[in-house]
Amino acid sequence: MPRVSVEVDGVRYDDDVEPRLLLAHYLRDRLGKVGTPIGCDTSNCGACTVLMDGLSVKSCSVLAVQADGHEITTIEGLGDGRNLHPMQRAFHEEHALQCGYCTPGMIMASLDLLRENADPSDEEIRAGLEGNLCRCTGYQNIVRAVRRAANDMRQSDQAEEAHR
Amino acid sequence: MSEIAPEAVAEQVTPGTPDAKSEVGRARRRTEDARLITGRTTWTDNIQLPGLLHVAFLRSPISHARIGRIDAEAARARPGVIAVFTGADLADEQGSLPCAWPVTDDMVLPDHPPIAVDEVRYVGEPVAVVVARDRYAAVDALEAVDVDYEPLPAVVDMERAVEEGADLVHADKGTNKSYTWVFEAGEPDAAFRDAPVVIERRYVQQRLIPTAMEPRAVVCSAVGDEYTLWSATQIPHILRLMLATVTGIPEHRLRVVAPDVGGGFGSKLQVYGEEVVCLLLARRLGRPVKWTESRSEGNMAVHHGRDQIQRLSLAADRDGRIRGLKVDLLADMGAYLMLVTPGVPLLGAFMFNGIYKMDAYSFTCTGVFTNKTPTDAYRGAGRPEATFGIERLMDELANELGLDPIEVRRRNWIRHEEFPYDTISGLTYDSGNYEAATEKALRLFEYDKLRAEQADRRDRGDPVQLGIGVSTFTEMCGLAPSRVLGSLSYGAGGWEHASVRVLPSGKVEVVTGSSAHGQGHETAWAQIAADRLGVPFEDVRVLHGDTSVSPKGMDTYGSRSLAVGGVALFNACDKVIDKARRMAAHLLEADEGDIEFSGGSFAVKGVPGQARTLQEVALAAFAAHDLPEGFEPSLDSEATHDPENFSFPHGTHLCAAEVDTETGFVKLRSYVAVDDVGKVVNPLIVEGQVHGGLAQGIAQALYEEAVYDDDGNLTTTTMADYLVPSAADLPTFTTDRTETPATTNPLGVKGVGEAGTIASTPAVVNAIVDALRPYGVDDVPMPCTPERVWRALTEARRGAAPPGGSPEPGAGGGLGSAGGAA
Repeated sequence: MPRVSVEVDGVRYDDDVEPRLLLAHYLRDRLGKVGTPIGCDTSNCGACTVLMDGLSVKSCSVLAVQADGHEITTIEGLGDGRNLHPMQRAFHEEHALQCGYCTPGMIMASLDLLRENADPSDEEIRAGLEGNLCRCTGYQNIVRAVRRAANDMRQSDQAEEAHR
Repeated sequence: MSEIAPEAVAEQVTPGTPDAKSEVGRARRRTEDARLITGRTTWTDNIQLPGLLHVAFLRSPISHARIGRIDAEAARARPGVIAVFTGADLADEQGSLPCAWPVTDDMVLPDHPPIAVDEVRYVGEPVAVVVARDRYAAVDALEAVDVDYEPLPAVVDMERAVEEGADLVHADKGTNKSYTWVFEAGEPDAAFRDAPVVIERRYVQQRLIPTAMEPRAVVCSAVGDEYTLWSATQIPHILRLMLATVTGIPEHRLRVVAPDVGGGFGSKLQVYGEEVVCLLLARRLGRPVKWTESRSEGNMAVHHGRDQIQRLSLAADRDGRIRGLKVDLLADMGAYLMLVTPGVPLLGAFMFNGIYKMDAYSFTCTGVFTNKTPTDAYRGAGRPEATFGIERLMDELANELGLDPIEVRRRNWIRHEEFPYDTISGLTYDSGNYEAATEKALRLFEYDKLRAEQADRRDRGDPVQLGIGVSTFTEMCGLAPSRVLGSLSYGAGGWEHASVRVLPSGKVEVVTGSSAHGQGHETAWAQIAADRLGVPFEDVRVLHGDTSVSPKGMDTYGSRSLAVGGVALFNACDKVIDKARRMAAHLLEADEGDIEFSGGSFAVKGVPGQARTLQEVALAAFAAHDLPEGFEPSLDSEATHDPENFSFPHGTHLCAAEVDTETGFVKLRSYVAVDDVGKVVNPLIVEGQVHGGLAQGIAQALYEEAVYDDDGNLTTTTMADYLVPSAADLPTFTTDRTETPATTNPLGVKGVGEAGTIASTPAVVNAIVDALRPYGVDDVPMPCTPERVWRALTEARRGAAPPGGSPEPGAGGGLGSAGGAA
């Protein structure tokens, strides 16, 4: 079995894995990182989205062996409940979740969206999140949350720059 | 036009706080979010137990076949495989899955073994189960199970299925008809005789797949004779009773837990074979087991929704007044009757008359077996189908008479001063104000302006036409008064239970029989209790979803949790106050009649400074050193609430659709929803429920269909084929409210969970048809994909449908359309 070395949420793991093992299952079943859920088997729903070296990937369509040597950030690495990431806070403030099953993937995909475009319009947010399905919210509050997080993150970036 | 709530939530406006001290009505951010936004959620598939084994089901690839030999030896020999069982192996203990709703005395109710024994009747029906050390090993072993199938004729088309001599889904039953249920009021034939206007239509409610984002999952452990079953279910309490009934495991030895559940929409209101089998496996193997379905497995095996053929006739006078309505339904049951399968279309019997007055009404529904996945409750359950039928007919009537669709509704709806109103279908609508909701919606929508633009586009012959769709709906929810369920032959009652525990420190635990799976009860219930008990919101914790914690309940579906469960909580809080008042009077050495309770404090009337807080009273009751005569040392109370009536949310939804007459593409330009859900506990949650409901109703109108081919193969098994809309596919909604309190419960609340879904589908289709009316189009079958819109236009332009009829286009989804039998 191939050996992989993956850093997940700041912790390094060295493991022997079956070549066919999906990253999503590696995270959930081997590492106990169950914060990342799985919603489909055709890479449509995006519930399992994580960041690989800062770029969003659907962890059900990445093999664990492909993550070898890379850094993975999951929802669990984003905030701990006391110190929320601005995106997590925005989802809470704007009521952008109901059952919450799509939420980890939605948040991670939204972060990647803002990485590319720090000030997206509503339409750009909708287009950017096309690969993440939510069945509860009708997306309206998700769009609001991403807009809010974008504002908050830009402001804190500006504040940081001013501080320098 | 009174009763328009000043705090109604307008788009872009943060919902207001009507009373700074009041929790009810406040847009509290949700407590449950803390775990959901950080990935600290307990989904069933997250649960790990020592020695946990993994389960996979082998499912039939054929819609109808006799099972010949099954050879599982090779599978059993594979590494890591603990056991393989067939239906025959489990036949003595697996029982038959329950149907709780025998709608007629002579209803045909076939056996429904969790794993097929002799015959398979739909693609996806389990034929064997593998237990292995991990999920990959379990799925690998499925391929090594060899099953001989002897194919039988597939019954796919409902109308053919009820013809004489049709092939049969259940040969031993001699018919594909499960039941025929009839309701009649007034004199329908008289109403239709000599009616100046009669509109006859045939509408198809396509089959839908509920598609909760969390796939189903079950974990089960057996320790001695004690069983614990975790399931992604909406109904832990009902499931416990039903599993005990099916398996013979005594109810008190079985604990069912619904941990965090990722959406349901009715699909997890079920007693699934997989749940039964996991229980049997844990018992047989003495080790815990886990089963988690894949999405493509779930699309075949989670119950489906809708699937009706409606034949509707409406008789009216020339001024638009409705004389009578006749409804004749064929409702697809699928291959078996599951928990409430036969009853779902009958909920529509009470809703086809909508918000309108009429002299006569008849409703006939025939439940039909086909070789397809069983149908059952899906968001709205019978009411969206009925609302679609009547709201489409109202637009057709308006067109026939040359009236504005709002005007024709106005001439028929129940006026606000006529409540309470006894409807033709036998319900009593307690309250409503259709005028107020409609007026508000028209204003927000800028109705006249859009009508002017529509006229302009028509005049210019713009290839992109504008259509305006109206839906003025009501629904019956808050399921349900037990006596009504009894009269409809349902197997249980419709009450809900709550208990309130005041801990020695004054903190409060609320235990509810409602079982949230995204609805936000942990927040809303705490708001209700905090208000009623006068304690801080943060001091209330809500417990639910585990039969060992919350032993009594009827669970969450049918927009019932607030109107039934919330009221139970309200009543339980009142009982706490009654006990505490007596205790406080004793402590204050005052007469109980002189004690006033407000803001969490018991005070002696007219004696300033003489008061005890609820917390002080709770501590005194706990210490129990000095109690009133005969007082039990506890303030804890419980209440079981059986509603006296349904609740009847209503609203007016308006949809503007741009329809490209060259490509058939539909773009929703604007959507206004003004809903009246009575008093609102949390406007943020209400608005979210409306948004999500709209999305699902719009999805039925435009995107979704479970497509079967002529052999009964489901061709929309994946999310690539079954089109759940994304953010890019939906418009921004404008939502607002009017507020007419329900008069049949002390909170004044109605349900909200299904309203958006019920209202929106006809609004969208009405808009599309309205856009195309000048071309002679009077219907587009759902989902209104570009192909179907284009075909409707093309056929209308030809002046008539082509001889022999053209093959109906399928759903929009990729390969799912191929050969689709609609």
